[in-house]
Amino acid sequence: MRTIALTVNGTRHELELEPRELLVYVLRERLGLTGTNVGCDTSSCGSCTVLVDGASAKACTLLGVQVDGAEITTIEGLAANGELHPVQQAFHDHHALQCGFCTPGMVMAAVSLIEHGEATSDDAIREGLEGNLCRCTGYHNIVVAVREAAATAGRAS
Amino acid sequence: MSATDERASYVGAPVKRREDRSLLTGRGTFVDNMAPAGTLAMVVVRSPYASARVAGISADEAREADGVVAVFTAADLREDWKAAMPCAWPVTEEMKNPPHYPLTDTPRYQGDGVAVVIAESRAQAKDAAELVEVDYEPGEAIVDVAKALEDGATLVHDDLGTNECYVWRLDTDATGQTLEDADVVVTRRYVQPRLIPNAIEPRGMLAVPGPLGDMTLYSATQVPHILRVLVAATLGMHETKLRVVAPDVGGGFGSKLDVYAEELLAVALAARLGRPVKWIEERSENYVSTIHGRDFVTEYTLAATKDGTITHCRAKVIAAMGAYLQLVTPGIPLLGAWIYAGPYAIPNYSVEFRGVFTNTTPTDAYRGAGRPEATYVIERTIDALADELGMDRIELRRKNLISDFPFTLASGLTIDSGDYHASLDRLLEVLDLDGIRSDQARRRENGDVKQLGVGFSTYNEMCGLAPSRILGAIRYAAGGWDQATIRCLPTGSVQVITGTSPHGQSHETAWAQIVADQLGCDIDAVEVLHGDTSISSIGMDTYGSRSLPVGGVALWHAGEKIIEKARQIVAHQWEVSTDDLEFRDGTFSVKGSPDKETTLAAVSFGAWAAHDLPDGMEPTLEATAVYDPPNFSWPAGAHAAVVEVDTETGDARLVRYVAVDDVGAVVNPVIVDGQVHGGITQGISTALYEEAVYDEDGNMLTANLMSYLVPSAAELPSYELERTESRSPTNPLGVKGVGETGTIAAAPAVIGAVVDALSHLGVKDIQMPATPERVWRAIEEAQA
Repeated sequence: MRTIALTVNGTRHELELEPRELLVYVLRERLGLTGTNVGCDTSSCGSCTVLVDGASAKACTLLGVQVDGAEITTIEGLAANGELHPVQQAFHDHHALQCGFCTPGMVMAAVSLIEHGEATSDDAIREGLEGNLCRCTGYHNIVVAVREAAATAGRAS
Repeated sequence: MSATDERASYVGAPVKRREDRSLLTGRGTFVDNMAPAGTLAMVVVRSPYASARVAGISADEAREADGVVAVFTAADLREDWKAAMPCAWPVTEEMKNPPHYPLTDTPRYQGDGVAVVIAESRAQAKDAAELVEVDYEPGEAIVDVAKALEDGATLVHDDLGTNECYVWRLDTDATGQTLEDADVVVTRRYVQPRLIPNAIEPRGMLAVPGPLGDMTLYSATQVPHILRVLVAATLGMHETKLRVVAPDVGGGFGSKLDVYAEELLAVALAARLGRPVKWIEERSENYVSTIHGRDFVTEYTLAATKDGTITHCRAKVIAAMGAYLQLVTPGIPLLGAWIYAGPYAIPNYSVEFRGVFTNTTPTDAYRGAGRPEATYVIERTIDALADELGMDRIELRRKNLISDFPFTLASGLTIDSGDYHASLDRLLEVLDLDGIRSDQARRRENGDVKQLGVGFSTYNEMCGLAPSRILGAIRYAAGGWDQATIRCLPTGSVQVITGTSPHGQSHETAWAQIVADQLGCDIDAVEVLHGDTSISSIGMDTYGSRSLPVGGVALWHAGEKIIEKARQIVAHQWEVSTDDLEFRDGTFSVKGSPDKETTLAAVSFGAWAAHDLPDGMEPTLEATAVYDPPNFSWPAGAHAAVVEVDTETGDARLVRYVAVDDVGAVVNPVIVDGQVHGGITQGISTALYEEAVYDEDGNMLTANLMSYLVPSAAELPSYELERTESRSPTNPLGVKGVGETGTIAAAPAVIGAVVDALSHLGVKDIQMPATPERVWRAIEEAQA
């Protein structure tokens, strides 16, 4: 077992972990943050995408012990004071989710894409979300939502 | 309709979804998010061989491992099963249905379960599963459906003496003229790849034993009601002791329309151990343990006169069942059996299905189920027939499209409504075919590396499963009705309880729209409950584009009963005839004297207080309706794909996709568009990307998401959607199904476009999926 400390959604946690524990299971099973979903076992689907020190990462590709000292944001940490984050709001406004299972990862990936200034066109959004699979929406409305959220963020900054 | 027409309507408006907030903020209730105290983890030990006999299992080491509570083999649990795993659709009397149990000692496909490990944690169960030593004696496997029917083929089940599961035919001969005597006869053979549904939430379930011999099964299922009936029957439980809950379910596409081994195991073992048992499928495991779709080989023939009037269609289908029959495996081809003439008026009709066992994961419903397979061969062969006749592809379609409704098909069913020409007209208005053709001509002239093609799909389909009498006539075990309850609470809130079970289809929003309009209340006053058999005890669940045209219509009938009872109460209290009362925007008034009025909410309170009700009337305002549809639902439309093909690499890319669909009246246009987007995507993906491949020994080669391409946003275009609307006269809402239309329509349009892009090079057909390698080879072969 190894002891690590990490900050998740602004709260600091000290944890004793088995070295083999994946970050996604640390979040889900140790911290009870079940919003981050597991959709595959090959790092293909992106359902488990979170922000690690501000950059999107698939939480199934990281061991818990690798993120010692990191700041992590999960889907639960996005809305503030009962207000949806602009990306969450755009997903709602444009029907960019159906079953909602890929949604937390898709939203986190989109947040990262926008924050890094990479959501510059529909093609860029499509390329930028390549690591996140959705089986319900055909991505059409996801692209619309991310485009709109990026435009809103552009106006705000 | 109720007299609510003048009020601003929720029905038809793009009401935003009430489902979204919890899903967007990470508070979904997916099965794996639940962990009651003391929950045990289950892991299934699966056969790596497609055919084998288990000579022995040594589980001693596994039983000693950290955290392990129990290990069970097939022999240990034999007494737990009162029946084999259920197949609800014995399509013929002679159909062969080899019994299959949740664990086996004669695995017949890679992934068949041979043992199960129960431990305190998932990691411990997985570790211990590695320690279970199974002594397999591997046998010969057969995976190719056509070879499986040859004399001397390896048998999946020796005792059956054949791999043929059934033969089913539907023949009509209206004109007396034989197909072979027609002016032009075109026959083509098509392979429909085996597909893996890939709902992004894998399957999962949690069985929680209660204190009184009762059990709650939470399952990522589309069919909590059907599951309850069949788990109870298979385990010999009283149905009353089993509650099934479908919490948030992360997509299904048919793959969660089943009764699976793990559901039976979880319930049986939770009962044995007296603790909650959870099983969560891993993705790679999903590729062998969850049903597959398609895997048909079809020979399809169209015959026509010289002027392009189609006189005959004939389909000879070999359909893979997999190793065993799951819930509706043998019935999947039949779901397309009546529409092998497509949207065309073809008088002579012949369909033959042969179900075949192979050493593969069982097939079952995958989005469209039987109808994409039909549409594909029809539309591809229409193109081939047009080429043979030297006719334009659009013109041949136009000439043969059904134009008068209702229309009774040669196959025997009656299409209630449609306007097939309107959809095609609209498609051509939007498409700019002349522009595409001139771009195509320019590229051909220049010898561009990237060539352009356009493909069409004019389709219809039958869904909205289904009239119970017809289901009975075709030997399906259950009915096709659905139930809805509306309960008006004393404060004016309205509870809606539906027998449908959404997993992405937005019923909570759409059903509230229907009820709020009908009862004239605020939409926020309406709560929609579903997916828990302790709340909604009766229902037929969600699949086959049935929820709105069956469950939604049941809801409307329940609403009419509410209004009628309320009308009687008001008439009694005001001492007027019910005929003198008007109901509009949630308010009753006396015709001609609008000053006196009362709201449905007030009547609801009065019905609850019950101080002044007609003699003999039961208190409270609540109504249940069970609706059995008199006909299937008949959506239709016209789609076009524009594809750019790189002739050097074989890479085919969608440039545009235009869809014009007629799904009857639309309750929520945004939700309908979303269903169409998703449906089209799965059809495009079938055409270009997806194929489950086994080697000759039955090893799954496309074993996970690394080797089976589920497309991302980067592979796909945005879509151009249009609608025409012919309301269904079959139901009072005028609605039709929509969930499967895109998948049914899209694949032939895309392949038609790829072939069109390369037709000047001599390419006539390309097998799905049109991967770069297949496209490149098709070009090479055509040029050779």
